[in-house]
Amino acid sequence: MDFDLNEEQRLLKESIDGLLTDSYDFESRKKYMKEKGGWSKAVWGKLAEQGLLGLPFAEADGGFGGGGVETMIVMEALGKALVLEPYLATVVIGGGFLRHAGTDAQKAAHVPGIIDGSKTLAFAQLEKNSRYDLFDVATTAKKKGEAYVIDGEKFVVLNGENADTLIVTARAKGDRRDKSGIGVFLVPANAKGVARKSYPTQDGLHAADITFTGVEVGADAVLGNPEDSLALIERVVDEARIALCAEAVGLMDESLKTTVEYIKTRKQFGVAIGSFQSLQHRASDMFVAAEQARSMSMFATMAGDFEDAKERANAIAAAKVQIGKSLKFVGQQAIQLHGGIGMTMEAKIGHYFKRLTMIENSFGDTDYHQRRVADGGGLI
Amino acid sequence: MDLAFTKEEQAFREEVRQFFRDNVPPDTRRKMVEGRHLSKDEMVTWWRILNKKGWGVSHWPKQYGGTGWTSVQHYIFNEEVQSYPAPQPLAFGVSMVGPVIYTFGNEEQKKQYLPRIANVDDWWCQGFSEPGSGSDLASLRTKAERKGDKWIINGQKTWTTLAQHADMIFCLCRTDNNAKKQMGISFIVFSMKSKGVTVRPIQTIDGGVEVNEVFFDNVEVPVENLIGEENKGWDYAKFLLGNERTGIARVGVSKERLRRIRDLAGKVESGGKPIIQDAAFREKLAACEIELKALELTQLRVVADEGKHGKGKPNPASSVLKIKGSEIQQTTTELLMEVIGPFAAPYDVHGDDGSNEAMDWTAQIAPSYFNNRKVSIYGGSNEIQRNIIAKAVLGL
Repeated sequence: MDFDLNEEQRLLKESIDGLLTDSYDFESRKKYMKEKGGWSKAVWGKLAEQGLLGLPFAEADGGFGGGGVETMIVMEALGKALVLEPYLATVVIGGGFLRHAGTDAQKAAHVPGIIDGSKTLAFAQLEKNSRYDLFDVATTAKKKGEAYVIDGEKFVVLNGENADTLIVTARAKGDRRDKSGIGVFLVPANAKGVARKSYPTQDGLHAADITFTGVEVGADAVLGNPEDSLALIERVVDEARIALCAEAVGLMDESLKTTVEYIKTRKQFGVAIGSFQSLQHRASDMFVAAEQARSMSMFATMAGDFEDAKERANAIAAAKVQIGKSLKFVGQQAIQLHGGIGMTMEAKIGHYFKRLTMIENSFGDTDYHQRRVADGGGLI
Repeated sequence: MDLAFTKEEQAFREEVRQFFRDNVPPDTRRKMVEGRHLSKDEMVTWWRILNKKGWGVSHWPKQYGGTGWTSVQHYIFNEEVQSYPAPQPLAFGVSMVGPVIYTFGNEEQKKQYLPRIANVDDWWCQGFSEPGSGSDLASLRTKAERKGDKWIINGQKTWTTLAQHADMIFCLCRTDNNAKKQMGISFIVFSMKSKGVTVRPIQTIDGGVEVNEVFFDNVEVPVENLIGEENKGWDYAKFLLGNERTGIARVGVSKERLRRIRDLAGKVESGGKPIIQDAAFREKLAACEIELKALELTQLRVVADEGKHGKGKPNPASSVLKIKGSEIQQTTTELLMEVIGPFAAPYDVHGDDGSNEAMDWTAQIAPSYFNNRKVSIYGGSNEIQRNIIAKAVLGL
C-alpha cells in the first residue's frame, strides 16, 4: 500500500512540470492553437527530446518501459497546463494499440516515428450512431484476397487533420451491433479514398470527420485479430479513460488553485470575496470533489494492471463516474466563483472548464459508466 | 505506487476475521446488522473478549497495552470491526480520554485509569458540549472552582452519549473567567456517581436514548483529578479530536450496509420483481458504491501517508473523510428506506431499558435513517469541516 511516487517518477514529474512552466503559459497556448492542425510542432519536439513520447514503449522498441503511473504523471501535467498537443491520440491510444497488438514489423514501422516526434496518430472510432458503445461499428472492412477494403464514416477524430496514420475500427463480419467481427486497421492518412474534414473543437483542440471510400490496405495493416478485436479496443480505450481521468485531475487542480487565488484578491464590499463563508464552503466542496477524483484517478491507474478484465473495466468505469461528477462540480463552480470574468475567453478559467466538459463526453459519460457499474453487479 | 496489501497484511486481515467469527457473540452481530440497540452488558462482554486478546486498545503505545501495529494494520482492524459488524471499542475511553491520559497525565493517573479503560471496568463519557456551546465549544460555561483540595463543579453538559451507562466523565470546565475563552479551560475527570451529578435522558428522533443532559450541582472532585496543566484543557481537547482522523470515515460501516441493501433489494419486490432489477434503483446503488470506493481510496492515501511519514502533519485529504464519510452513511440509510418502502412505517416502542426487540427488524430501518442525520452534525458539523478546509487547506 503506497501512494507515493518513487524517485524516478518524482524526477519525471519535475521535468515535465518544468518544461510546461517554461513553454506553456496561457499566451503561448493561444499562439500554438493557430498553428496548422491546432498545436505546436516545436513543443512536440521538446516532449520528444525529453523522452516523453517514448515513455510507455518497451525498451526493446526504443522506449522507456514506463507504466501506468508514468502516464498518469504526464497526463496530469498536460491537464494542468491545458496542453493541446496530441499525446492522448498518439502516445496513449496509438501507442497502446501498437504495444498491445502490434507485430514486430508494425512496431518497427511506427514506434520510432512516434518516439522521435516526426509522426502522430489518430483514433478513428466514433460513428454517427455508435455514441459510447465501442462494439457499435458500421464501418466495414471487406476481405479482398490478403487485403481489406474499408468503407464508412468516422467522426470527431482528435488530431485527425495532422495525423500521419489513422487507427480505424471496422467490421469484417456481422451486423452493426455484434460484439464479434470487429477489426482494427492501421491506415495511412494519405491513402487513396480517405477524405478528411477538420475543425476546431469546443476546448481548442482539433478534430476531423473522416470518410473512407474503398480504402484498400494490406495484411500488414491489421492490428490483432481482424475479426475479433473488441477486447483489444476495450483495453486501449480503458487506458485512454485512465489517461483522461489523470488529465482531468490536473485540470481540476489548476481550476481550484486559480479560483482560490482569484477569490483571495477580488474585492467587493471592501473585502476579498474569499472572506465570505458561502464562497469558502463552495471552495471547500471543490477541494473535496477534486480529492475524491484524485483518489479514483490513482485507483484507475493501478486498476489498469488488473489481470481480470471485468474487474479492470469495472474499476475504470467507476473512476470515470467519479471524475465526471467531480469535474462538473469543480468546473461549474470555478466559473461561478470567478463571476463575470469567468465567462470571458480572455480569462483562462473558462478554457479549463471547456476542456473538463469535453472530457466528460469522451469515451463514455457519467451515466454511461454508472450504468456499466450498476449492471456489472456493483463495486462492493 | 502500489494498491496491494502485502501477504502479511492479508494474513493479518484473515486472522482478525477469523477471531471475529469465533468470538463475536452471534446475537450481538445480529442486532448490529438489524440496527437494534445493544445492552451495556452485551457491549462490555465483547470488549472484554477483545481486551483479553490484547486488541482492546490496539493503537495505544505498547507500554500501556497497545499492539504496535502499523497504520495499515490499524486500518484493516478498523474496517473488519465495522464491516463484520462488531461493536467498535468505546471511543470515549479508548480513543479519547485514554490518549489524553497517557500523553498528558501523571504516572499516578496512568496507573489508575488506563488498565480500567482497556478492560472497560470504567465506562467513560464525554463532557464537552453544552446547551450554549455546540460548534463554538470554547464558549463553554461549566465552572470548576478550586476550594482547598477540591474542585467544585457547577454547570451543565449536553449530548452526552451513553451517559446512562457511564462510571466516569472527562469534562472541559472553565477555570479562569478572565482569560481569552480558549485559555481558561481545564480537563478534569471524575466519577459519574459523585454527589450532585444528575443524568437526564434525551429521546432523539429515532425514538432511542443515546444521548443525555448531565447536570453538575456543587460536585466535589479531588484536585488530583485535573489532567495535565490547569487552563491547558483546550489544547488537550484539540489533541483528542485530532487523534482519530481515519476511523471517522466509517468506510466499513457503509460497506456492510451496502452489502445488506444489495441483499435486501434482491428479495423485496417492486412492480412484481425484485427491486434490484429496477434500473433506476440499481444506478443509485452503484452511485453510492462508487462514492464509497473513492472515499476508501482517499482514506488509504491518508493511512499510507501516516504509515510512511508519521502523524505529525495531517494529509490535507484527511479533511475529506468526515464530510464524505457522513454523507455516504446517510445515503446508505436513504437507500434502505427506499428498499423497504411502506414497511418503513411501523414504529417499535422502546422498552424501559432502551431495547427495541419487540418488532420485526424492518421497523429499525426508519429509526436508523433518522438517527444517521446526526453523523453530519457531531464531531464538528460538516459546515465546521468546510470552515477548516477553507482556512487550513485553502488558506482562505
